[in-house]
Amino acid sequence: MSMSGNTFEPIVELMEETAPPTSGVVMVLKRLMRSPGSMMGLIIVLAFLFISVAADYIAPHDYDAANFEMRRAAPSAEYWLGTDELGRDLFSRLLQGARYSLLVGVISVGIGLSVGIPLGLISGYFGGVADMVIMRLMDIMLAFPSILLAILFVAILGPSLENAMIAIGVVSIPIYARLVRSSTLTVKEELFIEASRAMGANHFQIIFVHIFPNTLAPIVVQSTLQIAVAIQAAAALGFLGLGAPPDVPEWGNMLQKGRTYIISAPHIVVFPGLAIMLVVLGFNLLGDGLRDALDPRIAR
Amino acid sequence: MTTYILRRLLFAIPVLIGASFLVFVSIRFVPGDPAVAIAGELATPELREQVRKDLGLDEPMLVQYAIYLQRAVQGDMGQSVRTRQQVLDEILLRLPKTIQLASLSLILSAAIGIPIGVISATRANSWVDAVSMIFALLGVSMPIFWLGLMLMIFFSVILPSWLGMTQPVLPPTGSGTWKHLVMPVIALAANSMAIQARMTRACMLEVLRADYIRTARAKGLVEWKVIYKHALRNALVPIVTIIGLQFGTLLGGAVITETVFAWPGIGRLLIDSISYRDYPVVQGTVLVITFGFVLVNLVVDVMYAYLDPRIRYD
Repeated sequence: MSMSGNTFEPIVELMEETAPPTSGVVMVLKRLMRSPGSMMGLIIVLAFLFISVAADYIAPHDYDAANFEMRRAAPSAEYWLGTDELGRDLFSRLLQGARYSLLVGVISVGIGLSVGIPLGLISGYFGGVADMVIMRLMDIMLAFPSILLAILFVAILGPSLENAMIAIGVVSIPIYARLVRSSTLTVKEELFIEASRAMGANHFQIIFVHIFPNTLAPIVVQSTLQIAVAIQAAAALGFLGLGAPPDVPEWGNMLQKGRTYIISAPHIVVFPGLAIMLVVLGFNLLGDGLRDALDPRIAR
Repeated sequence: MTTYILRRLLFAIPVLIGASFLVFVSIRFVPGDPAVAIAGELATPELREQVRKDLGLDEPMLVQYAIYLQRAVQGDMGQSVRTRQQVLDEILLRLPKTIQLASLSLILSAAIGIPIGVISATRANSWVDAVSMIFALLGVSMPIFWLGLMLMIFFSVILPSWLGMTQPVLPPTGSGTWKHLVMPVIALAANSMAIQARMTRACMLEVLRADYIRTARAKGLVEWKVIYKHALRNALVPIVTIIGLQFGTLLGGAVITETVFAWPGIGRLLIDSISYRDYPVVQGTVLVITFGFVLVNLVVDVMYAYLDPRIRYD
């Protein structure tokens, strides 16, 4: 049965007049595209995602194949960015390394989100003793410089990429908990929360169906920026020898190995650092752009 | 004011106790016997037994923590597994080096970061602003240790070859002279400098939109007076807070910078101790750095209240 009968026309017209012209996502994207910085961030992040997925297919060499005759070779037509201390192609290893950075970013932010959000929601919604206990715990974690706490955790758990991801994720929990708590405190006073309570919604429904979606904007912004922090922290841990095992082409690792040859073969340390900087820059630009695009106060 | 300071001090105590508890508990998560973790893997069975007795490892956790805290307050943080020296002595030997590095970096970052932020804000959306902010963004995104390595390449390879020298212009590692300080200080300061430039710009932009700035301009005040006497003074309150908080971040960053430049501070002590599984020293250094961090934050909070008369102390 066709719905395009005459009966519906007035309603459709009315809807077209009153409904917002575009959906939220499209609007945010449109706002993002107006800022060259955010667009650059978006492009860098998309390229980084593509490389992480397609590393095996676009790499010119096997990232693990050693060519001992070409050890520490300078960039050339065959090895675009030169070779490392074992004669492995640096460019292919960098592409492979993108995967580890993406993994670290996603998993550690995932850990921070999945623990921090519920803590923040509970703390902000219920208040009282729960709020006090949770927030004092978060204060204690924030009493440490974050890289120091991550180093402590990895030192105790033992150096590995998994433990580095866990450590970085755990350290970010208080950031999310505080952020979500403050949004929750604002949202819970809104009229529609009172309305849904009056209609018989229980705490669980109110928290997850009504409050949580309204705290999403700052979470999205923070997570984007936090991926940048996580990638930098993981590289730092790798550089300190507290991350992935030595043979893994993680960017911080590569810098640590290349350090020995800094005078004779500087390219081994130049490029992994540039890669880290570029990706971190991309997420920072995108995060800054998202903050502006999602901010309802900035009318355009 | 005094009540406010006292309240903030009182508030810091549970945080410090919690932090020390976290550090204390962490060693219990080292796989295996805590006595082995504390006395070292090479310790004799007698020594392990003694450690077990000394620390009351058979007692309940809270009793153990009480013993640990009581000793730590008296300056006894145990013995280094590696050197058999008192942990506190090892830390005190290196702490001045870290403080030196962090303070100089803080001064450098503020001395450059704040003026850049002011200039950017007063010429918002000009090319000067764009260039400064691109540099600031790069500074925020750059890994400290990589910048350190790049400085090493520049001062040890590139600059000497330009100048026709055979020796590095600056010593790449170690400490002792002011020349040893240049690279670590720049490397550590870069990140904070960038953050301060961005923050200063944001705060200044906010203040420059205020009514009293319009009034100041309307009454015909010269522009530099408007900016430095009216705008910057008001923007300084949040900027000072950021500077203070940066000091804590610098303490954390020092761990990495000291490793790059073999700077003999407590950050390097921490990393060395981790590789030797010298857990008493690991605990001690983390505790000392964290106490420093909390202390600095406390001072910043108090200073904030002092600088901004709108904050009530009661």
